[in-house]
Amino acid sequence: MIELAGTWLVPGRFEGSVLRLDEPLSFWGGVDPGSGEIIDRAHPQNGERFGGRVVVMPGSRGSSGTPGVLGEALRLGTGPSALVITKPDINLVAGSLAATTLYDARCPVLLVADEWFERLETGDLVTAETTVESV
Amino acid sequence: MTSMALLDHEHRWLDGESGIAMQLAMQLLVSAATVSGATELVEIEMAHLNSCHYSGQMSLDFAELLLADRVEFAVPAHSNASLVSCSSPDFRPEQVSPVAVAGARRVMEIYEELGCSAMWTCAPYQQHEGRVGLGDHVVGSESNAVGFTNSVLGARTNKYGDLLDVAGALVGRVPLAGLHTDSGRRATHVFDVSALDTATLADPNTPHLLGVVIGREVGNQIAAIVGLPAATEDELKALTSAAAAAGGVALIHVVGITPEAQTLETATQSSDPTSVTVVTPDRLAAAEALLTNAMGHEPLRAVCVGTPHFSVAECIETIDRFAGRRVAPGISFIATTSRATATELELRGLGTALAEVGVEVVLDTCSYYPPHPPAIDGLTLTNSAKWAYYGQGMLDVPVGFTSLERCVESAVAGEWLR
Repeated sequence: MIELAGTWLVPGRFEGSVLRLDEPLSFWGGVDPGSGEIIDRAHPQNGERFGGRVVVMPGSRGSSGTPGVLGEALRLGTGPSALVITKPDINLVAGSLAATTLYDARCPVLLVADEWFERLETGDLVTAETTVESV
Repeated sequence: MTSMALLDHEHRWLDGESGIAMQLAMQLLVSAATVSGATELVEIEMAHLNSCHYSGQMSLDFAELLLADRVEFAVPAHSNASLVSCSSPDFRPEQVSPVAVAGARRVMEIYEELGCSAMWTCAPYQQHEGRVGLGDHVVGSESNAVGFTNSVLGARTNKYGDLLDVAGALVGRVPLAGLHTDSGRRATHVFDVSALDTATLADPNTPHLLGVVIGREVGNQIAAIVGLPAATEDELKALTSAAAAAGGVALIHVVGITPEAQTLETATQSSDPTSVTVVTPDRLAAAEALLTNAMGHEPLRAVCVGTPHFSVAECIETIDRFAGRRVAPGISFIATTSRATATELELRGLGTALAEVGVEVVLDTCSYYPPHPPAIDGLTLTNSAKWAYYGQGMLDVPVGFTSLERCVESAVAGEWLR
């Protein structure tokens, strides 16, 4: 189990298996919220499913629709259990916060240094927990 | 959670004293400040909301939450284009996409009930209420409106995603970061068009193609153009919408034309640019090739113009180009525009002029996104780089990019006249 550290954009705790996305992903048009599957054919992880995994990614590609698609996946239980990102991304944070308010669905968002992104691989087991000092 | 200076009532909103909708709005803004590194909020003058464009169940549930909490917008709020057209309900028929159409109608009702103006346009800057001034801070969300507002009006907005646009409108303040700051508006990438000949510079396709060249080159960074002798607002609209579609560009300074670019030094704030690109006819041709995926021999089925929404001048140019001739049978010629533009045409005695030549004027929405409008069922011509860029993928039809003049002549002839 690898313990992650970084800046919490949405506080919480998580423990699980990593799905690493090699490139930024556009959620709108790139993710089917019904299945949690990446459907952007040009994305290297096309065909993978979030399925409750800890999704490690550089960030989203700019679409206004990102919060809605992430939130919908979280509502349906097909979304990630947490997001670990290397680039600050308000649209992912917005989707997570709204899903908590509207559906009581949680998806903590942790901002980490690039080194983590280089080091982590799909299938790694990771964990992190918000402490008072890290908020 | 934050060291940011909030006003007393903002603290109370954040603590949930005025309900969970305002609490969520504050959480979104505080998070946005953290993400962007802002330490303070700045007052805005107005907001143009994309959240009222139905994008799935959450956009509806969020709107219902706003209504249940009876929230009030702190600034004038205007609606972006919707999925559905109130004047042409059959454009995206409810029986074909019942969930999305019913959801979009309900979202429209809610935002109007909350006091959002019923503009339903992606081009708020084409009407008085949406025309903010130099240096005004605003919330923009639709990519072309963000580009035009920053570049041509000189007002200041970042590109706000769904939910955050509403949060800004409810609170009336947004993080002072990015394009809201002076230093965040510095052009880093220069494009020199002075090598292009007069005929190319006068070609109506050139602003679209230049926008694509810039978007693909700079991504979401800030560009400056030098060497463009003149540009109308419609041409600047084409430029900024194409650059936003091709790359996410939110600000282009056009030296000698846009308000923050009296000189190149003003636009670059006297810093050395990261890159200087000489725009050649080859670069424009490469951009043009991206916009057409049709072979050219397919039967012509549709012509889509008005992305972004047609201005009054563009509607009149279309009427003039038809010169009384009609769209050939079996072809749908769709012009998307706003209620305000339709009203202005009526006042000028031109309220039915487009319909008389067979053009279907569709208000409130656009034609390039799903649910798939049944009228667009094969080779489609457009004069918009933005439509061509998105329509190829979102509607999965063969697309041909050409001028408005060629669009009209092809529609009259019943085939694509290249």
